[in-house]
Amino acid sequence: MKPPSFAYASPSTLAEAVNLLASGNGNAKVISGGQSLMPMLAFRLAAPDLLVDLKHLKDLGTITIGDDGVRLGAKVRWCDIENDRRLVRSHPLLAEAIKHVAHYQVRNRGTIGGSLAHADPSAEMPGVALTCDGEMTIVGSGGTRVEKASSFFTGPLQTSLEPDEIVTELHLPAWPATRRWAFREFARRKGDFAMAGVLLFYDLDHRNCAVDAHIGAIGIADCPIRLSAAEAALNGNAVTEDCIAAVAAAAKESIDPPSDIHAPGAYRRALLGTLLARGLQHSIS
Amino acid sequence: MKVSNSYVGRPMERVEDLRMVRGRGTYVADVNRPDQLYAVILRSSVAHGTIRSIDFTRALELPGVRHVLTAGGLGDFVPRIPVRLQSLPELEPFHQPVLADRKVRYVGEPVAVVIADTAAIAEDALEHIVLDIETLPAVAGREQAETEPSLLFEGHGSNTAITWRACLGDADAAFKSADYVRRERFKVQRHTAMFMEPRGFVAEWNAVAGEMTVWGTAKTAFYNRRVLAAALGLDEHAVKLVEVDVGGGFGSRGEFYPEDYLIPAAAMIARRPVKWTEDRREHMMSANHSRDIECDVEIAVSRDGRFLGLRGQIWADIGAYLRTNGSVGPRNVAQCMSGPYCFESVDLRSSMLVTNKTPTGSYRGPGRFEADFARERLIDIVARDLEMDRLELRRRNLVADSQMPYPLPTVTPFESTNELDSGDYHAVFDRCLAEFKWEDRSKLRGRLIDGYYHGLGIGSFIEGGAAGPKEDARLVLETDGSLSVYLGSSAIGQGLETIMSQIAADAMEVPFERITINHGSTDHVKDGYGSYHSRSTVMGGSSILLAAEKLKELIRETAAKRFNCSPADVSIDGEKVSHAGNHLTFSNLSDIPLEVEASFFNSKHTWAYGTQAAYVAVDPGTGHVKVIDYLSVEDVGRMINPLTLHGQAIGSIVQGLGGTFLEHLVYDSEGQLLTGSFADYLLPTASDFPNIRSITLELKRCPNNPLGAKGAGEGGIIPVAGVIGNAVADALFHLNVQPNELPLSPPRLWQLIEEARQ
Repeated sequence: MKPPSFAYASPSTLAEAVNLLASGNGNAKVISGGQSLMPMLAFRLAAPDLLVDLKHLKDLGTITIGDDGVRLGAKVRWCDIENDRRLVRSHPLLAEAIKHVAHYQVRNRGTIGGSLAHADPSAEMPGVALTCDGEMTIVGSGGTRVEKASSFFTGPLQTSLEPDEIVTELHLPAWPATRRWAFREFARRKGDFAMAGVLLFYDLDHRNCAVDAHIGAIGIADCPIRLSAAEAALNGNAVTEDCIAAVAAAAKESIDPPSDIHAPGAYRRALLGTLLARGLQHSIS
Repeated sequence: MKVSNSYVGRPMERVEDLRMVRGRGTYVADVNRPDQLYAVILRSSVAHGTIRSIDFTRALELPGVRHVLTAGGLGDFVPRIPVRLQSLPELEPFHQPVLADRKVRYVGEPVAVVIADTAAIAEDALEHIVLDIETLPAVAGREQAETEPSLLFEGHGSNTAITWRACLGDADAAFKSADYVRRERFKVQRHTAMFMEPRGFVAEWNAVAGEMTVWGTAKTAFYNRRVLAAALGLDEHAVKLVEVDVGGGFGSRGEFYPEDYLIPAAAMIARRPVKWTEDRREHMMSANHSRDIECDVEIAVSRDGRFLGLRGQIWADIGAYLRTNGSVGPRNVAQCMSGPYCFESVDLRSSMLVTNKTPTGSYRGPGRFEADFARERLIDIVARDLEMDRLELRRRNLVADSQMPYPLPTVTPFESTNELDSGDYHAVFDRCLAEFKWEDRSKLRGRLIDGYYHGLGIGSFIEGGAAGPKEDARLVLETDGSLSVYLGSSAIGQGLETIMSQIAADAMEVPFERITINHGSTDHVKDGYGSYHSRSTVMGGSSILLAAEKLKELIRETAAKRFNCSPADVSIDGEKVSHAGNHLTFSNLSDIPLEVEASFFNSKHTWAYGTQAAYVAVDPGTGHVKVIDYLSVEDVGRMINPLTLHGQAIGSIVQGLGGTFLEHLVYDSEGQLLTGSFADYLLPTASDFPNIRSITLELKRCPNNPLGAKGAGEGGIIPVAGVIGNAVADALFHLNVQPNELPLSPPRLWQLIEEARQ
């Protein structure tokens, strides 16, 4: 388990990093925490010619909380999110979801930029970005662009990133204090990739009915997905037992999870329904 | 200073720990020799096929690549690895060649060895070896082994290597006359030991002296030396195997594997030291797998709940070859399925099937974990059918103290009889129930609380230990008065140095600190058998006791010459010898070290035994099982060190829970191993099962060794799957869910619940 040989650079500016990536002809990879890439190198599943290490780049490690929401620099680590007490109020869904990311050692190194770019279908961070209408700031040879999470994740371990592009920031819109929310996932062991996970939030209108429902799921498809049928079943309704059952049923009907060695698709489907129902139950308690 | 009987039985902290936690341990990966090269092994990625050609010319052209070794380069005869335990001539065709010889039979089978300046270069070189294999249909499991026309060993004519049979009494008669009969199928999935430090070797060939030194041996150094010397064509005494620190064994590490030959052979060919360090992916496909047992068993019970008979068929999927201890598990399943209970008759057949998977061998509690799962589940199923209390059903059938020694079924061929040595099984059973507060907690059985169904499970077990034939110890009273102990036993993380120091200090009545334990390496004693079958404490410890008596004799003789008296008139008082008012201390007794050797011979196994209980809660929505409380009560005859034993028990139970819920080596129908890392092979971590308790008792000493101790390193793991299975079935009693297949993963349990609800 030795990686194949590669060249290594640790530029001190973003522009330099982008130039290095552009010079790699599609065979250069960004590395930061290395929690996804290093195992892939060790197994020789990835064999880039060049690794561009972001460790000397400044300014990408900040968590900014303002009226427009939360901005997470690409080098923000899971432990930074865990340790930022402000987020429990400013973005409770994010704070809760990140508690479930891997184990202590991984959380000390893994970064949100790495997780978004790696785009594992079971990972929490892409789920948060998608469910919360997050937007990625992306810098490449062509300049800076902003892309919505909904078009960023394109398949298993696939994103819309060009080979010379780097995710520099994730923006999550502002979180009203009265918002109802829940995060639920279930893994074989705590910290493992979830066999299914659900992220949800909604607001209550004057009639105490759910509006603006956002329901996302991880671990049940090629990439994180929004459960629009379930959102439709929730919107405009009071969150009662019957409503919860209807939302869960709509969600289960709308998905077709794959099977792997850890769980058959049928189990993942049922599990998602269970987690969604329990999450909704929790959101009203 | 005289210290009497003060160490054995005391919770002494491990003398090994300070060295380890300070990073001062020397593991084989820490061993480096001048001018050393590195070996990497090309392993088959095809499960079953015929090798057409291996072309390594391009690999040899890579800068830094020194040699490539293939079966063709080993001469006319590719060495085969002999079987260490239960060796039979009819099993020889199944012995593994050290490199794939014309055929590959499993994914991971060594095909070539690349020797290069660095391990990275050697790994690069693997990609330049062109291996042309004509693929044959893979035999990937029991059904294929029995029905698929594809044969692993064409000359044998079938994929069944051998069928063992365990018999006691007349089972057919018992079943004919029984009031009640129940037949069930049970499956225990393939999983195995995942010791923390993977295997590795450094080998150095001294061409001038004709001597081979190998670092990295474990478990059975002396046996492995014989095998290696024979395979290399060397005299046994020209081969030295050195044991360094070892990060866990659990039955798998230290058996003779292909690499045990390949790395020394590489050093001979390269004429430079060669190092190989296994990585985890490699470990998962090359070190022994284990378990992988299916059984179809039937129990006969009288109207009043007496066990009349146990019969049926067991299939053990042993993988592609018969490894050194590959028969142990399959035989044990048959011999130990009746366990601590009086079955009037037993007739079990256990067939070893060869398949295109990694070969199997012993893993902690081999065969017993599997057998106990079947038996303890079966007993609960019987209790349900007969509407009997499952505690009462067990009490009615546990072997009684007055029945000891009690015979176990006899296994043939390679006939072995065995008997339970001593024990008060009923007392331990009742103690477990009391400590567990079984009666109080029974109120919770089957209840749904906060979304979880609650249930209790119980199971009793026996644990064999102390395999013979003997173990050797050499005791040396050094001229400075300290004592050096040299042992044939091996340290595999079980605290051997601590325990043997306790025994030696008590035997010689000297302070613990005066003892140094040397173990494992082949130059310490003439012969040795090593550490397996929970034998080190009993066998190594007893040999120390015998050696201590001889050393005291020698000390008396030596002192007698100095005192001009008869040895019988010399008294030893701690580190002081005296006669008629004259005294000498051990440190001024002799100008040369005083040295004795002794062997302890033993033909009878020790049988520790116990009962375990579990309290679980089952989430029907996810299939998740919470282990709320887990208790083990075991009688080991005599405890040498309660602290290390407690650690062994807890660790063993956690491994059992891993095998019950998590661990699974998964193959697809083409014989590809799908679990190649710890992301997919799920080991229990330190935080997964926090609620485990263990109580160790000293009720009945073993009558067959001077220590009175019983092997106790494996017990914890043995009944875990049965106990948990019973607790889960109890929680879901209203649904009649019967978990008879492992692992009890959330999807499997969810599936059972769904099926029961329909």
